[in-house]
Amino acid sequence: MEGAKRRVGRKRRYAVMLKRAAQLIFYRRHREPGVKGWELRRRLGSDYPKVLQLLDEYLGSLGLTVKTVFEGDGSPPENPTINQLDKARFYVTLRDELRAGDMKLVGWRIDDLAGLAVSLAYIISKGGKAPRKDLEGLLREKLPGWRVEMNLNRYLRLGYLIEDENEQFYLGWRARAEVDPKKLVDLLMEHEA
Amino acid sequence: MSGKAHRRRLARQELTRIIEFLRSVENKGLNPFLVDVEDLITVIRECFPRLKNPDELSLDAEALNRVASIIKMQSEWVKRRASSLYRDPFLIEEKLRSLPIRELAEIFLKAWRPIIELEQITIGSLRNAMRYWSSLAPLSERWREEALLSREAGVLSREDLLRQGLLRDEAFLSEIERLWGELKEAADGDGRVDYWDFIGAESYGETVRRAYLTSFLITYGYAALEIHPLEERIFLRPNESPTSKAEAQPYSFPIPVSYERWREWRERRGG
Repeated sequence: MEGAKRRVGRKRRYAVMLKRAAQLIFYRRHREPGVKGWELRRRLGSDYPKVLQLLDEYLGSLGLTVKTVFEGDGSPPENPTINQLDKARFYVTLRDELRAGDMKLVGWRIDDLAGLAVSLAYIISKGGKAPRKDLEGLLREKLPGWRVEMNLNRYLRLGYLIEDENEQFYLGWRARAEVDPKKLVDLLMEHEA
Repeated sequence: MSGKAHRRRLARQELTRIIEFLRSVENKGLNPFLVDVEDLITVIRECFPRLKNPDELSLDAEALNRVASIIKMQSEWVKRRASSLYRDPFLIEEKLRSLPIRELAEIFLKAWRPIIELEQITIGSLRNAMRYWSSLAPLSERWREEALLSREAGVLSREDLLRQGLLRDEAFLSEIERLWGELKEAADGDGRVDYWDFIGAESYGETVRRAYLTSFLITYGYAALEIHPLEERIFLRPNESPTSKAEAQPYSFPIPVSYERWREWRERRGG
């Protein structure tokens, strides 16, 4: 009897935490969307990784997933420590790939999306950084100059790219959260023109 | 021009040329193994004895620094080549040039998982916003410039000095000491108390007043601040007696006491 009560109590506690975790992760409260691990720990307690796992399972049925982006540019750790999780940022992203027909649903013109693909793939191929001049030259081959300028500003504003004072482009926080660089490069290389 | 001066000028030109060359390799992301590091080090070493003034020595340091960056690039280049992500950049560039826009976009869709986020207003936040709006003074009042009054020279009374903050009021000091006593009582087993739990009061006005007085507690050495940036928490630790910080470097630490933060604190403690 006692055991059953405890189980119900624990279940209810996790249900409340799940709801709170969903609110924290979905609603944008800072400049960037998502939530940092230490924020989750403060609001949900030290077993927040378990809550995130439950949330991920729940979101799976809706075609969504909890994406973890660890600090630094290296490959993500296989068994992250609590310290690495605290410093990581968690987002909700689509779980499955989009189809060509979904392009309009996500509010992007085909030119802009292709420009983004070229920008990210080019920077990845150059080892993570590329000069603005070179990228502009590549984009201008297929897009008018005014659109190249406008698109690059848009990618910068949205966090797909970052630029330093030497006019070098790098992958931004959003590219790291949303794009699988290995898959992008593999798909490009496998594609027969 | 003497032979020595000529050699100095040549050394300067040589170093500038090396710096420019290495900078362009770095910025253009060229293969760092195109640079013969040993050869450059030999040239820099030969130039060094000819350099005299600080500007020339800075050039030497800059050249060495650039060489170090190239060595770092070489190490990263090897690491990248060895990683599973590595594909020949020229082949990728060729693909990017040859593929039509539609196909590029379709490929990207397969590797792209956009973030889902919500931006939604709630009844609660609307209510707060309305309350804020009604208490907000018009711009004409907020931006009103203080007019300067010209006055004849006169004698300032003690009350004037108190009002202008040039003299400390005894009542103010006793208020600080009363707050210090309160802080000592509020401190937990660790001898500290959460900053917001201490300054927080039933009304926002009282909270601001307590925050103001607390800042003096810290400035006058009655208490110390403990800042935990990772957890975004601040604690107050009362001192047994006011301590002088004459030898320590003073610094400012601004703590915003906003209305929203106060409401959040009140809700958290069930107020």
